[in-house]
Amino acid sequence: MDAILVQFLNGLDKGGAYALIALGLTLVFGTLGVVNFAHGAIFMIGSFVAVAFRQILTWESVVLSETELSPWGTALEIRTPYALEWFGDFGNILIDFSVPIAVLLAIPVMYLVGISMERGLIKHFYKRPHAEQILVTFGLAIVLGEVARTFFGANPIPQPMPEAVRGAADIGVLFGMAENAITYPWWRLIYFIFSLVVIGAVFAFLRFTTFGLVVRAGMSDRETVELLGINIDRRFTIMFGLAAVVAGVAGVMYTPLLPPTYSLGMDFLVLSFVVVVVGGMGSLPGAVAAGFLLGILQSFAAMTEVKEIFPGIDQVIIYLVAVVILLVRPRGLFGRKGVMET
Amino acid sequence: MLALPKKELITFLIFAVVVLTMPIWLTPFGASYPGLLQKFAIYGLLAVGFNILFGLTGYLSFGHAAFLGVGSYAAVWSFKLLSMNAIPAIVFAVILSGLFALVIGYLSLKRSGIYFSILTLAFAQMSYNLAYSVLTPITNGETGLQLTLQDPRVLDLAFSERGAGLPLVELFGVDMAGYGGFYLSAILLIIGFFVAQKITLSPFGLMLKGIKSNQNRMKYTGFNIRPYTLAAFVISGMYAGLAGGLLAVTDPLAGAERMQWTASGELVLMTILGGVGTMFGPVLGAWIMKYLENIFSAFNENVLHNLFSFLPEGVQEVAVRFVALFVGEGWHLTLGLMFVLVVVFLPGGLMEGYRRFVNRFFNGKKPKPRVPDKQTQPAE
Repeated sequence: MDAILVQFLNGLDKGGAYALIALGLTLVFGTLGVVNFAHGAIFMIGSFVAVAFRQILTWESVVLSETELSPWGTALEIRTPYALEWFGDFGNILIDFSVPIAVLLAIPVMYLVGISMERGLIKHFYKRPHAEQILVTFGLAIVLGEVARTFFGANPIPQPMPEAVRGAADIGVLFGMAENAITYPWWRLIYFIFSLVVIGAVFAFLRFTTFGLVVRAGMSDRETVELLGINIDRRFTIMFGLAAVVAGVAGVMYTPLLPPTYSLGMDFLVLSFVVVVVGGMGSLPGAVAAGFLLGILQSFAAMTEVKEIFPGIDQVIIYLVAVVILLVRPRGLFGRKGVMET
Repeated sequence: MLALPKKELITFLIFAVVVLTMPIWLTPFGASYPGLLQKFAIYGLLAVGFNILFGLTGYLSFGHAAFLGVGSYAAVWSFKLLSMNAIPAIVFAVILSGLFALVIGYLSLKRSGIYFSILTLAFAQMSYNLAYSVLTPITNGETGLQLTLQDPRVLDLAFSERGAGLPLVELFGVDMAGYGGFYLSAILLIIGFFVAQKITLSPFGLMLKGIKSNQNRMKYTGFNIRPYTLAAFVISGMYAGLAGGLLAVTDPLAGAERMQWTASGELVLMTILGGVGTMFGPVLGAWIMKYLENIFSAFNENVLHNLFSFLPEGVQEVAVRFVALFVGEGWHLTLGLMFVLVVVFLPGGLMEGYRRFVNRFFNGKKPKPRVPDKQTQPAE
């Protein structure tokens, strides 16, 4: 029982990341009808926003000490981050909490990235076949990955999480078990809650605002909305920006769990596409449910007991599930009728 | 059976001459060494095969690299178990990848459009992940499958003594590592090109084109399209297996990274770059990609400084800095940019560019504007 609960919990943070990326992909597909292979790259850019933010915060001023000497006999260099120089202790806190704070920074940045991507390139591909959309966004994903590599190098850059949440939470107590029966890293728990909050915010935005109402109307019948005199294109562009923000903040918060590299986007892209297809193209609840489902399944497949019965299952479980679901349930788990059902 | 219409015959002959004289006309480009020439021929073959599926039927497979990998493993096992001769290796590679393609194709072709792409991608990723983990006894995992001194090599050792050192791949005494390997691959490329031409012209090829332009109409006419698409998938998988086998023939080593989805993506890029659906386009795309990969990635700062040495000091530094972004390690950036530009401006690839150019300057006709109609949409 404990082991099962642990695996269940382990799947949640990964599932959260899958769900967030898949949610953005589905938003883009549902509104603009574009199959966006560059969405993983947006996740990657988001994670590098966190890296860049921390690098800026830790820029150091170098002062040569007048009295002290270094072991080599030269004047000792005293390095202090500017943040510390200017803000004192607050600067320390700023650096310590760089990842959560970067989320705030990532929102406008990713929104701009998303908008410029849509206006600059993807706009021209609405009427083109899906195959060409896949190809051009695939090319874009390569370009973005390489640009990230030119700026940040090819090696993963680990991002520390804030000091306060570095340990593990004693979850077992909550379920009435003995102390330390089940411990779970704080950051994973935070990531899970964070993903729930973001998902909830997106759904609430679509459900309870006029803007969301129009977007949903446009998703189900674009032409009628246009005939009513609403500029649906503009709203869909904003939705693309929003999808980019969702993927971006997902990337920012994931950095302490997985050091970002330029290839991160490609790695997550394949998985999140599988998630979208399993959930059903164009279905937002489907994307979220499938994201968590696959995350949890993946962590169960990694159990030694399971691996003894089916060797190698942990490597293929996601793809296996995708294949089975696609073959027996043509429109995915929650797919709407008539949306790319062939 | 071997006859071709006049126009295609000329294309074929020109192609054959171009391929066979590659060592000569590639010399000024600095690409005339066996290692790269072999790659040109092999990846050309791969692209020709991929085009039979993607170009004719419009089914975009994102998992073709799996067949390449299977071909390589089959060939290396043939070297290990049977003989260092290239022929059994190639035969095994083709047969095994054909069977593999039959299974994957049978399942994947139940769906079309993007679902087909995702299914093939899923199968390829499964093969890749398994090759890295559980199938290590067969694939030798991360190290890659290599020849060893203790290999049984039943056929070879029945006739001769085990020599000292690792044996070399040969074809009736010709060493396959250098130009021998290139000519074998080149001849197979020419044969493969010919077969692809025959398929394109045959009723079968016409059927495939019909499936691409309108699946539903084909179904209403009373055709069961599954066997046709499956046949195209298997043929194209066998081409990929042949290419994989040849990779192993020219360099007897097989690694799982050949099966990764980025390798499939690269294949798609080649085909699109050259011009999907044309005979020569995919081969051209493959050559350009492999050329850039080998030549561009070899550029480093020193080479660039020499190249820009005619510029004044400050300007030179800027120029080198700027160009360095696009060559050497950053050549993928060039690739991605080139690819985006091609898809945006020349959806028909370089071959369409060539056609437009010819129309503009030699026929006096205005190039036909691209009509984004349903007819050209791939199977969905």
